[in-house]
Amino acid sequence: MSHSSKSPWLIHYDASSCNGCDIEVLACLTPMYDVERFGIINTGNPKHADIFLVTGSVNDQNIKVVQQIYEQMREPKVVIACGVCACSGGIFKECYNTLGGVDMAIPVDVYAPGCAVRPEAIIDAVVKGLGILEQKRAALDAAKSKKKEA
Amino acid sequence: MAKQTIIPFGPQHPVLPEPVHLDLVVEDETVVQAIPRIGFVHRGLEKLVEKKDYTQFVFVTERICGICSFGHSLGYSQTIEHLMGIEVPPRAEYLRVILHELSRVHSHLLWLGLGADAFGFENLFMQCWRIRERVLDIFEKTTGGRVVLSACNVGGTLYDIDDETLKGICATLDVVRREYDAILGAFLNDYSVRSRLEGVGYLSQQQARDLSIVGPFARASNVNNDVRCLRQGGYAYLESFEPIMSDGGDCLARVIVRAKEVYQSIDIIKELAAKIPAGPVMNAPKGKPAAGTQASMRLEQPRGECYYYAKGNGSMFLERMRIRTPTSQNLGGLVVALAGCDLADVPNIVLTIDPCISCTER
Repeated sequence: MSHSSKSPWLIHYDASSCNGCDIEVLACLTPMYDVERFGIINTGNPKHADIFLVTGSVNDQNIKVVQQIYEQMREPKVVIACGVCACSGGIFKECYNTLGGVDMAIPVDVYAPGCAVRPEAIIDAVVKGLGILEQKRAALDAAKSKKKEA
Repeated sequence: MAKQTIIPFGPQHPVLPEPVHLDLVVEDETVVQAIPRIGFVHRGLEKLVEKKDYTQFVFVTERICGICSFGHSLGYSQTIEHLMGIEVPPRAEYLRVILHELSRVHSHLLWLGLGADAFGFENLFMQCWRIRERVLDIFEKTTGGRVVLSACNVGGTLYDIDDETLKGICATLDVVRREYDAILGAFLNDYSVRSRLEGVGYLSQQQARDLSIVGPFARASNVNNDVRCLRQGGYAYLESFEPIMSDGGDCLARVIVRAKEVYQSIDIIKELAAKIPAGPVMNAPKGKPAAGTQASMRLEQPRGECYYYAKGNGSMFLERMRIRTPTSQNLGGLVVALAGCDLADVPNIVLTIDPCISCTER
């Protein structure tokens, strides 16, 4: 296991969430759940981050912001859709200004449902995300060594 | 004159849990002007009244904002009760105020934590959120939800909280008060905290009045517009109610007002829990809102006055639902408070208005 999958850094962006999932993401970092003890840090810089947590659905205004953050992140990277709005649009799916889940904008690796998503579900999703991060890293390494051989 | 530069702030910024964009016009390190741009969180949920009937829509209003979630369901329910002339059982009125004030305690603790994070005191942020978890535990035990409670609907509350549990809530609040006492000194007396807050982001009483600022932001500039003074709903059963005011007008005054409101809310909950009457908690609504009827309602949310308006059209669906939220009022004050500040104080001032963007944009 490499270092980053032992202690991944997260970046969180609120697409158009109601705050409910955002404060649960923050609650994960605070003493009750305290994921920082595993070396998970919430960073504001996309280039520092391994895991992208998105809460809320996307709309025409913020879809570009979500895509920009995703593109700035270095490979390998994992996207987690936190909360039912990020998964599918949730209760706001029928709203005129909601396009749908985050997978409309960027590829999503893990879906964490819930309204609001519970901190346990977020932590579970991050742990799942770590496995995917490791697979993606292995794939990248394999591609690199293949290139070298050639 | 120094050269003017525009620094974009947000929508993705470490200090902001929510997306709002500010164009900061700066001369050297001084902010000359702040131009806000919103619209990243707009969902258009007022229009959902055409798709969800009036008893379902309460669950949409709860999701306007995850922090003042219960308040929005309460404000909406009260508006529809006015619209249809529904009498709410007294026990439900008590329970609503208890849950609403618990929401205020959790909201203010959340904000005090974020405020501490904004002025760079991360330990204090963690302490505030640790205490806040106790309130969330109460929510989880009584309603099953940590954030969205789904406890309120038109006609009363969906759950009863038995007297034994209410006693337990009061006991938990005693613990909250004790732990809160221990950290409050850091906000009020710590000299480095004071030096970050004192005199920063000043808003005068006249400016607050002119800009119709609401909530703790206004009360810190000595403008009383606490809707709880009108003693609507369950607040009518309180012995007395005195709003918490300060004439400082700066960031420190806003911190002090919110910090004291936590104690006030705990006192309100304990007073009401001690004298709650027995009885039913739901008077289920019958029929439909008549065509052409209108009702409006004001409610003191943790962030200030929130205004609700509803119009019926004779069907199960409302003709129109309008909500004016506290932050949409306070953004005007934020722009004034930011003008002339140091660039390094911007996160601080932005947070002291307690912005709730998802409320504002709905």
